[in-house]
Amino acid sequence: MADLVSHPDEVKVVSRRFGLGAANLDRYLELDGYKAVQKALAMQSADIIEEVKKSNLRGRGGAGFPTGLKWSFVPKESAKPKYVLCNGDESEPGTCKDRLIFEHDPHAVIEGAVIAGLAVGARKAYIYVRGEYRYLSLIMQKAIADAYGRGFLGKNIFGSGIDFDVFWHGGAGAYEVGEESALMESLEGKRGIPRIRPPFPAVVGLWGGPTVINNVETLASVPHIMLGGGEWFANLGTPRNGGTRLFCLSGHMNRCGVYELPLGYNLKKMIYEVGGGITGGRSLKAVVPGGSSTPLFRADEIDVAMDFDSVAKAGSMLGSGGVTAIDDQTCMVKFALRIIKFYQHESCGWCIPCREGTDWIKKSLTRFHAGGGLRKDIDDVKYLAQNMLGRTFCPLGDAAAMPIISIVDKFRDEFEAHLEGRPCPHAKEGDAANALLPMLAH
Amino acid sequence: MGTRGFGFGMADANITVDGKKITAPAGSLLIDACKNAGIEIPSFCYYPNLSLQGACRMCVVRVDAPKMPKLQTACTTTISDGMVVTTDSEEVKQSRKAVVEILLGNHPLDCPVCDAGGQCELQDMTFTYGASESRYVEPKNHKQEQQWSPVVFFDSPRCILCYRCVRVCNEAMDVAALGVENRGVSSLIVPNGGDHLDCEECGMCIDICPVGALTSGSYRYKTRPWEMNHVSTICTHCGDGCKTTLGVRSSEAGMEILRGDNRDKSGINDDFLCIKGRYAFDFANREDRLRQPLVRKNGVLTAVTWEEAVTAVGDKFAEVKQSGGVFGVIGSPRSTNEEAYLLQKFARSTLGTNNIDHQRTADFPAFVSALAGKPEMAGSMRDAYMVPAILLLGGDATDEHPLLAYQVRNNVRLHSAKLYVVNSQEIKLKRQAAEFAQIPAGTESGVAAFLAGDDSAVAAIATAITSADAWRALRETLRSAQNLLIAFSSDLQGDGIANIAKFAGSVSGAKVICLADYANSRGVADMGLYPDLLPGYASAAKAGLDLAGMSAAAQQGKLGALLVVGANPVYDLGFAADSLNNTFVVVQDMFLTETAAIADVVLPSASAYETSGTFTNTSGDLQLVKKAGDLHGTKPDFEIIVRIASAMGVDVSTLVPLGAGTTADMGQSRGAQSGEADRSAVYLQKQGLEARVSPFDAAALFDEIQRLVPGYDVSRMNLMAGNDVRTTTAGKAAALPASRGESLRPAHDTLFSSGSLGRYSRVLNSVAENRDSKLVEVAAD
Repeated sequence: MADLVSHPDEVKVVSRRFGLGAANLDRYLELDGYKAVQKALAMQSADIIEEVKKSNLRGRGGAGFPTGLKWSFVPKESAKPKYVLCNGDESEPGTCKDRLIFEHDPHAVIEGAVIAGLAVGARKAYIYVRGEYRYLSLIMQKAIADAYGRGFLGKNIFGSGIDFDVFWHGGAGAYEVGEESALMESLEGKRGIPRIRPPFPAVVGLWGGPTVINNVETLASVPHIMLGGGEWFANLGTPRNGGTRLFCLSGHMNRCGVYELPLGYNLKKMIYEVGGGITGGRSLKAVVPGGSSTPLFRADEIDVAMDFDSVAKAGSMLGSGGVTAIDDQTCMVKFALRIIKFYQHESCGWCIPCREGTDWIKKSLTRFHAGGGLRKDIDDVKYLAQNMLGRTFCPLGDAAAMPIISIVDKFRDEFEAHLEGRPCPHAKEGDAANALLPMLAH
Repeated sequence: MGTRGFGFGMADANITVDGKKITAPAGSLLIDACKNAGIEIPSFCYYPNLSLQGACRMCVVRVDAPKMPKLQTACTTTISDGMVVTTDSEEVKQSRKAVVEILLGNHPLDCPVCDAGGQCELQDMTFTYGASESRYVEPKNHKQEQQWSPVVFFDSPRCILCYRCVRVCNEAMDVAALGVENRGVSSLIVPNGGDHLDCEECGMCIDICPVGALTSGSYRYKTRPWEMNHVSTICTHCGDGCKTTLGVRSSEAGMEILRGDNRDKSGINDDFLCIKGRYAFDFANREDRLRQPLVRKNGVLTAVTWEEAVTAVGDKFAEVKQSGGVFGVIGSPRSTNEEAYLLQKFARSTLGTNNIDHQRTADFPAFVSALAGKPEMAGSMRDAYMVPAILLLGGDATDEHPLLAYQVRNNVRLHSAKLYVVNSQEIKLKRQAAEFAQIPAGTESGVAAFLAGDDSAVAAIATAITSADAWRALRETLRSAQNLLIAFSSDLQGDGIANIAKFAGSVSGAKVICLADYANSRGVADMGLYPDLLPGYASAAKAGLDLAGMSAAAQQGKLGALLVVGANPVYDLGFAADSLNNTFVVVQDMFLTETAAIADVVLPSASAYETSGTFTNTSGDLQLVKKAGDLHGTKPDFEIIVRIASAMGVDVSTLVPLGAGTTADMGQSRGAQSGEADRSAVYLQKQGLEARVSPFDAAALFDEIQRLVPGYDVSRMNLMAGNDVRTTTAGKAAALPASRGESLRPAHDTLFSSGSLGRYSRVLNSVAENRDSKLVEVAAD
């Protein structure tokens, strides 16, 4: 059980039932549970999509694609069954929000999935839970079983005449499967390898049927939009960035944890006020703004509004909401090595640049950090990352390349400090980078 | 192949590539459209007719319109009207160069000893697109080489993970013996048996491997590709007629065949070969090949000169002829058309006998009779890949007709052809079948009768799986099929064939293939290796003795001389060894077979890979057999027959036309590459002089075959260029007896469907043993 944290600046929408025992169905019903889906059942599917469009809800998995627009791509008529697929393969280092939703509000995911199904004309939804989240799978399974028990799922839900099934599916431990097409392969029982696109899942997805794939947080937002209205939700955030967001604060901050803040919240404020500043009174060196795959900000670059467009304008990505603070005692070479170790380990191996590029960079940085670095390595590592960026089969290659490029560009002096056989300048505290992202340590 | 592939029947799209206007079917792949227009786009993982991967990232191009944000893979981009593409910009070149460089990071640079060195796609890519220097200074990942089967070795560090092997095995072969294990840089191609392969050992994975990761147990570390001559000829094993390109090196024995493949995709088999075409050439290199003529002296076969041996045969044959003795002649369904034609001509005109026969494996006389006047109903091997519907009646094509099975399987996969399988067994092709009808064993002729309209025949063929009603429904389905191709096994003869032809005649555009076992079963039948049928199935004035008749005559001591060319009657044609005690037996063979062992004279003959001529495959496709080289001490059967005739005092120009009217063959029979003319012959003809050919030149006799054998008047230029040309059943005897009581001896023994020949292949034997024992044996050599 993850400890819950809170801060006065929080606007609790998705997290409003956290800590209130809403995994229990009766308790969930007391907290406005399953009202949204009943409202949606009385609506035309086009109206549901319209409401979600109005909310400016954007995908919370990382890419930030407008949810209503995604739903509208699903063809009305389809010879094959349509599906809703909830992407709960939360694996981006620094990201730990979906697990709180699974733990504290599993019925909201079910409800969101059913509403998405009603919107696009699907009658089956799959909730894919990350393999390592075994204990959450049990919670999710129980929630599904409870919902069937009350007739909220299955035949003739809420007496509407509509049949709707929701299934749980567990992963087997692969970051790559968080990529939506690899997720479908995995769900179909195949190797977790991404698919060639087009066709996109909205047209040809699971078992060839049109499929809507949404992140857990995205779907958990939907019931609130149905009850509160699209306009209300949109107004919580900034223009084109509707609603709130679960930000996962980690790293060298005094009060790490998951906080729900409006989109557009200032990053500096997030670190120093919500996160309580840097541990041990040290100073900030860098920030990972949206999960380990996003380009880093230097300490002097963090006066940024945390919405999709502003962060992109500042040269990074809002990503999955994983904000990691890095203090001044951290070796950035070692940090880069940790990052690339992860992606080398998680590369599915399908395409050459990602498979071989991550391995090469990992080998080079390992040698480099151990004191065997050559001056050419600094440019070589960047060259390799640049040749992965935009050249790989799926975005995992970009995810590996972007932080590496930004670290080499922004902390080149730290690389040079390792040259000519000199030991890592942060050797004593060198392990700080390990402590930052424990899930990365192998 | 592939003309009906992706984009078939689509409207044309006009696109611009590097400023050049290209027109191709809308929806076809950009990489194909560019290739057809002469613009090369490099790739490792793309392979025509296999599923798309987009994995190697080598084929990236810039799509300017419609504007795409990133470089796109040409292998997964389908073209649409107005598309503008750049393939030669600095950006694209840089990207390709980086892919090669990144790929070479972990790749072992053991090119000097790698089997693929000199014909490696990674080498070629590095040469054309790669970096001359490498930034890589890290240790390379290593893993020990593995042996997966008698013929398949895997060296994983060389593997570039293009997944071609996995796809060809899974999709084209429907074997699925290869898969991928682990992920990322630890990804490994793995065999289905854990540490070994349980598969058909076709070797497709080895030839499709762009690098030296998968290598052949029979070829590896023996030579470099450039040390070999590469000769495209026709496989000597089954009746399908695959082209195999032999890699040949000169040796002390004259020549040595080191490998067979069809990587250039010439021939009717595209790049397909089965285990026999790819590995089972090794009989030719065996140490126990006969290399000197043998004559029995004082009861012992003794090595003698060719002159002595041929003289001994000529003298004895002349004596037997003079004394009115009875001759018997047995040919082989592995002989070339020219050898078979010459043999029957020699028997009939020189020896003066119709006592000639061969091991018959299908009822071709009934087949051509049934198709009399309807030559368009004869199906070809290419049809099996192109027609929309196929009926397979009897037999197990996967083992007995591997190419036919491959064509049918891929026609279903790529063109959605409908396959109907009628068999007493659940054969492998059932997996591709739209409908499978199971019949009681031996009732194939009942099926033919039922299809032809005899409703009473349904009782005998109905089973629990396929009821009488289901049969009637299936017949209706087949009747309404368009361009149905029917391929039937030798279980169907005589009336059965007449019935199936009658049924085919009632189906719009239907064609028929009669399946026979050996490389030239169809050809030797066409050439008249029958006691009662002349070339082209014309009836002989007086029928001679068939195999049974000759055997009986020998038993009675009435057979004066027996000439056996490439056959083994004591082993498999029902001749008792001691029945030949009073017969003068001459054997032309590669090995000291059971029959050769009791012969009076044994003449060492060349294999099909050491001779020139033509083969007609089971579906009537005529192809050129090219000589890969000479094995010292042997002679082609053609030359041996001419020499025997000469020793009998016969003017050989009566056998092989050497005079005016004979066209020189432009040198192919002397080893010239296709398209390269025999300059001497061309010069002589231009001067109005006669380009004389040798009496041992099979091409000289092909002239006569073209003129005299109905259906063989083919395009000689096309044939000599190495293409398959169609013979027809036109003009052949229409009025053969419905059933001549054919006595068929099909091989039906899978790996050894070349009968006694396969026994001499060490690779086939080791694989056969491996299948039995399920243990990985060491490969031949």
